[in-house]
Amino acid sequence: MQVLEKTEIQPSELLNLYRDMKIIRLFEEKCSQLYMQGKIRGFLHLYIGEEAIAVGLASALNEDDHIITHYRDHGHALARGLEPRAIMAELCGKATGTSFGRGGSMHIFDASKNFAGGHAIVGGHLPLAAGLALAAKQLNEDRIVVCFFGDGALNQGEFHETMNLASVWKLPVLFFLENNFYGMGSHIDRTFAGGSKVHTIADRYKIPNSRIDGMDVLAVREASIDAIAKIRKTSKPYLLEAVTYRFQGHSMADPVTYRDRDEVDKWRPRDPIALLKEMLLEAGHASEKLIGRLDEEANLTVEDATQFAESSPDPDPNDLTKNIYA
Amino acid sequence: MAELTLRDAISLGLREAMDNDPRVIIMGEDVGAYNGAYVVTKGFLEEYGESRIIDTPISEAGFVGAGIGAAMAGLKPVVEIMTINFSLMASDQIINNAAKIHYMSGGQYSAPIIIRTVTGGGAGLAATHSQSFEGFYATIPGLKVLTPAFPDDALGLLRTAFKDNNPILYCEHALLYNVRGEIPDDSSFEVPFGKAKTRRNGSDITLVGYGRSVHTALLAAEKLQERNVDAEVIDLRTLRPLDIQTLIESTQKTHRCVVIEETWATGGFGSYVAYEIQKNAFDDLDGPVLHIGGLDVPAPYARNLEIMTIPNEQWILDAVEKEFGL
Repeated sequence: MQVLEKTEIQPSELLNLYRDMKIIRLFEEKCSQLYMQGKIRGFLHLYIGEEAIAVGLASALNEDDHIITHYRDHGHALARGLEPRAIMAELCGKATGTSFGRGGSMHIFDASKNFAGGHAIVGGHLPLAAGLALAAKQLNEDRIVVCFFGDGALNQGEFHETMNLASVWKLPVLFFLENNFYGMGSHIDRTFAGGSKVHTIADRYKIPNSRIDGMDVLAVREASIDAIAKIRKTSKPYLLEAVTYRFQGHSMADPVTYRDRDEVDKWRPRDPIALLKEMLLEAGHASEKLIGRLDEEANLTVEDATQFAESSPDPDPNDLTKNIYA
Repeated sequence: MAELTLRDAISLGLREAMDNDPRVIIMGEDVGAYNGAYVVTKGFLEEYGESRIIDTPISEAGFVGAGIGAAMAGLKPVVEIMTINFSLMASDQIINNAAKIHYMSGGQYSAPIIIRTVTGGGAGLAATHSQSFEGFYATIPGLKVLTPAFPDDALGLLRTAFKDNNPILYCEHALLYNVRGEIPDDSSFEVPFGKAKTRRNGSDITLVGYGRSVHTALLAAEKLQERNVDAEVIDLRTLRPLDIQTLIESTQKTHRCVVIEETWATGGFGSYVAYEIQKNAFDDLDGPVLHIGGLDVPAPYARNLEIMTIPNEQWILDAVEKEFGL
């Protein structure tokens, strides 16, 4: 087992964090274009603004650990190391996609990376997280489960049932709340009675918890390392709340009528990628030229994924009913 | 050949699986210290310990979802939902997660969970506790639905279920637990899915049922014999997969067919079965394929009212006389 120590992070690692966030940003911007062109169908939920969370967490996790997440899942999948080509192909509904075109944007899976989905019923995947952890415990496996969910899931029964089960059964789950303040178009102040210290809802379930700045990738990484170490040591759950903001609408279909421009503008300076770039430049870890090279590397990754997806074949109609049953 | 009750046949099948496979766990409301609401898991807690016989909170979405997650990660959980009425609380987990995870992940994940649940009315429990949803679940691709009516099938189907890698709903009718029957001594005895069983041979009319309605059909067949009408009785045994071929062949022989079930007649699964038979055996029919279901009312409490809502043998006799003049 590899337990990450909270040590001074190496400059090369910082550059990786920057590049990984940049890949997600450019990937999402490309998705937006492809959606406008009708090459991606259905619902498309972009992770723009929230990249620090997926990247910070992924840098603190072991390969054996499970990740399970909600439908805004491209960022988590990319950060976890799933092939950008396969993710983009899935979005384009191609035979080469992560689920061979059966899942789409909201349902990205990769069992080889212990990436247990992409789930599109708000809160519905939380009980699965408890089950993944229960199996690990039962089989004496040294793995934990990270379960991402948004503030919209807080009011679902499945959230509360899972918090209770995880605590009663002492399950090694990191509940990772991405609080971007909006469940679709409804602000958390209008939907959640638990007060502004949202993470403290876990107190009622005797689950330790804390809140971090979800726009600061290093803060996310450090808090993740700490929380994961606690979980491994105690085999008990932990809840982390990362405060963040999505710069785009809920989905591509969202006209964003429920918040004003000023609010978005206030968050702009908190852009996690710009913040890390500034830090890298100020600390002398990177030059503008090096940043430019990382940007180009990210761009090439996304362009390559797009080209792969667009040139991939559609799924074979003869396989339509394959995999209904195992 | 040993004679067992249906309850003991299920217990036997569960014990075998617990003994043979350490990945098998049993979880649900009061399966442990209480010995199971219907006493199927009596003594299991003492024998196997609380790490494998897990009492859950009253939290159906939570623990059914946890069972599905555990199945995705390598366990073979048997999850007991005390009655099928409570499965509605977990229907998101059963329908959106268990039934779809294999297909939606492109075959990467599967959910080999056995959900045992108790179905049926007739016990004076009124409207919320007397429903039969097994037919509804059988309409969902990705699930398998078993409805044993006799002890040998209860054991044989359970043995097959433990070898299957798909989510299974194993539906036990509340009024059949004390039905007695012979069990083959051969430990390799199994009952395949998707193979109906002819419980009584006859040449004049085919009566089709599942669960308790098989017993109702057998009672009707005895009465019909008094009128010199020789009825064949077929037990579907599994609703999904469904064995239509046996029904067609029988109907081609008898030229008449009645499908009987206890759930509401409107939209009942049996009406689909009747449709398949009339479509495929049309040229051999002497009259329409009949469908007898429960009365379209919420189950009433008072005994005299409740018995008016569930098909009994007289309903079958009346329908056969009216439609076929037999």
